[in-house]
Amino acid sequence: MAKKIAVCAVAQIKNDPNYHYLRFQNMLLECFESIMKQTMVTFDMEKGIRTIITCSDDMFDARTISNNGITDVVGAHFRGEEKMAQESINGLGYAMACIMSGHDDVILFMGHCKESQGESRRMISNLAYDPFYCRPLGMDYHNVDALQARAYMEKSKVTDEHLAKIVVRSRKNGKKNPYGRKNKIVTEKEVMNSPMYSDPLRELYIYPVTDWAYGMLLCSEERAKEFTKNPVWITGYGSCMDTYFLGDRDITSNFSLKNAAQRAYAKAGIKDPRKEIQLFELSDHAAYQLPMWAEGVGIADEGKGSKWIDEGGMDKFNVNLSGGQLNGNPLLLGGAARAIECYYHLANQAGDRQVKGAKRAVAQAATGGAGQHQAVIVMEAQGG
Amino acid sequence: MAHKKKNRNVGIIGIGQTKHSSHREDVNQPELIHEAVSLALKDANLTMKDIDCVVHGNMELFEMVHSPDLWHVLGTGAYGKDCIRITTGGTVGATLSCASDNLAASGMYDIVMAIGFEKLQEGNTTGGITNMADPLWFRKIQAGALTGSSAYDVEREFGLERANKASMTYRIIMDKHAGLNPNAHRAFGLDFSQIDDLIRTSPKLVGELKLIEMCSQSDGACCVIFACEKKAKELSKTPVWIRDHITVHKEETFNIFGYNRAFPVMKSHKFAAEQLFKRNNIKDPLNYFDVFEMYDPASWWAIDWLRDFLGMKGDEHLKLIENKEIMIGGKLPINPSGGVIGSNPIGATALIRVAEAALQVRGNAGPHQIPTPVNHALASGFGGTMWTVLTMLEKELNW
Repeated sequence: MAKKIAVCAVAQIKNDPNYHYLRFQNMLLECFESIMKQTMVTFDMEKGIRTIITCSDDMFDARTISNNGITDVVGAHFRGEEKMAQESINGLGYAMACIMSGHDDVILFMGHCKESQGESRRMISNLAYDPFYCRPLGMDYHNVDALQARAYMEKSKVTDEHLAKIVVRSRKNGKKNPYGRKNKIVTEKEVMNSPMYSDPLRELYIYPVTDWAYGMLLCSEERAKEFTKNPVWITGYGSCMDTYFLGDRDITSNFSLKNAAQRAYAKAGIKDPRKEIQLFELSDHAAYQLPMWAEGVGIADEGKGSKWIDEGGMDKFNVNLSGGQLNGNPLLLGGAARAIECYYHLANQAGDRQVKGAKRAVAQAATGGAGQHQAVIVMEAQGG
Repeated sequence: MAHKKKNRNVGIIGIGQTKHSSHREDVNQPELIHEAVSLALKDANLTMKDIDCVVHGNMELFEMVHSPDLWHVLGTGAYGKDCIRITTGGTVGATLSCASDNLAASGMYDIVMAIGFEKLQEGNTTGGITNMADPLWFRKIQAGALTGSSAYDVEREFGLERANKASMTYRIIMDKHAGLNPNAHRAFGLDFSQIDDLIRTSPKLVGELKLIEMCSQSDGACCVIFACEKKAKELSKTPVWIRDHITVHKEETFNIFGYNRAFPVMKSHKFAAEQLFKRNNIKDPLNYFDVFEMYDPASWWAIDWLRDFLGMKGDEHLKLIENKEIMIGGKLPINPSGGVIGSNPIGATALIRVAEAALQVRGNAGPHQIPTPVNHALASGFGGTMWTVLTMLEKELNW
């Protein structure tokens, strides 16, 4: 049985606050054409792409079957197409299953979101809550994250100063990322003085509204050489669902992330992530999640997030050199953005933010408020 | 889309579905799902502890719940488990089945549970479907899933009288099948003697598409448990094997205007069936399959699509219907369950096709079981802008 799949090429457009001049089809087409050009892949029924996995969202597109309007620009006319209706990172896990099952050997994985189109992202995530108890309370991902933030900050002694430090670093890193959202460089004081959004989360503690699209060409181990000289491997995937009501969850326990990470590590044969992995891309929808998810994936000790930041853990473990979700990616596409950053480093294409000699990387992303569903993938460099 | 041997075989070992109904006001969404999940676990003699991964799907805008797998965890049992959510419109149920097959065949998971669900009572289905059309080009001319174009095509080819009679005959056969299926939403007790009356009196929706010929809006859930070959053989006396599946999408442009009969547009159903049968060396699908659970949103579509799926020529498909060879006991029974015209909880509908086909292969479908042996079954899904998913099921691992 094959144990890994190849990432042969990636393409993306720049993360932008508002692509008012592009429809999402245009955004995807740019990525699609880039993948075709890089790999010369075809849609031949025998040798080419027969299955496309997409990621988008009906609510953000305000359109039933959001993958319906993109069939042609992802090459799915008379080919198979399936939509990951969850965090995009799970699309990579699913692609792994499609290829390892023997059903497919080449898969195009594309995603889009124009978060700027919606009147309010909070209205959308409010709809993720049940209409009886939680929705009428006004719960949405941000204020549920805020409840988790308060509890986690208490547990791990994380302060506003820590959060401000994370945001300032994210903006600096984001500036080096040619596809990063163009944000103002800020000081810690500015961050801490930004307007309160959902107590204790201030506006600058939360990822900004962003439009983005991407494409990735994935294939089986045997066929990678047809499309690239320098494939990057996906060697592990794991996910986990926590329960729904906040009162039923220990929201600082990292229950779902620990499980997801363990499952991914087990598949990839990772025993000690601190020693075996050189790069971590974590989906920090809000600043407090960076140390919290770092605890979850096992690079910070539980309850010691503040100490980990103080001791330089973010740089020591090369966390979010892309700027992370905090610098701006659409909500459901953060996982793909994280994986693409890992790809650049493992393929030695990350320019001046390159981690030298990076052999293995981890990408993580969450779906839902307070990280209810978590997923992790492990990626490896050629010969890693 | 399989092109080589699967990493390992996958069998269906558990099936559960709710009673489908226009109004399930007694349960909320997770509770409705829980009914199907409990029935499937009972059917497989398993508990949630045995399940490695849960695959969830429906259409969000019908009930206006964003990422519903998060709330539905209360009913799906996915707590602590790997869980993914995949959607493809009306085909979603069939996609869940394909995805579960891929996940179990990959070696990443041994036992995978697929859950399709819809509670259409809580939303506006036709509004929701209309909303799928491009806001600039098509939304103003779309009327949900209501279209008279198939009726127009069949009429033009075979004349109004024969076309109308074939469509109504199909409709009445489905009603007779639904009458035998205790889970079916609608069973009116129609009879063939009513054909002329119904053609005259059933209100027209669009063109010749009449109210009685259109599918319902249902509340319902379906759960199917898939296992790798080793586990399937250990856990089930009668696993139903997934032989192959194919998904074919088509770009969104509807060919309504400028249709030229000299250059017929390739249909996704025909393309999918041809590809699937070619690579599985099925030369005569009509004789090969013992049952076909077809996603039939309206009787006009059904009679038109039969020809595409089964590779028939001329009026062979109409003769099959006119001679009632598609009834239980006929040459190729279509939808012993009563089909989509009988029950349509959209996110579950295409998974119900796979589930009902598997029940027929297993031989314990209940009152609507085909009396003769069922060794080979076909299930179809339909959605989006003429999207197709086809799944082949087998009783024996001998292909």
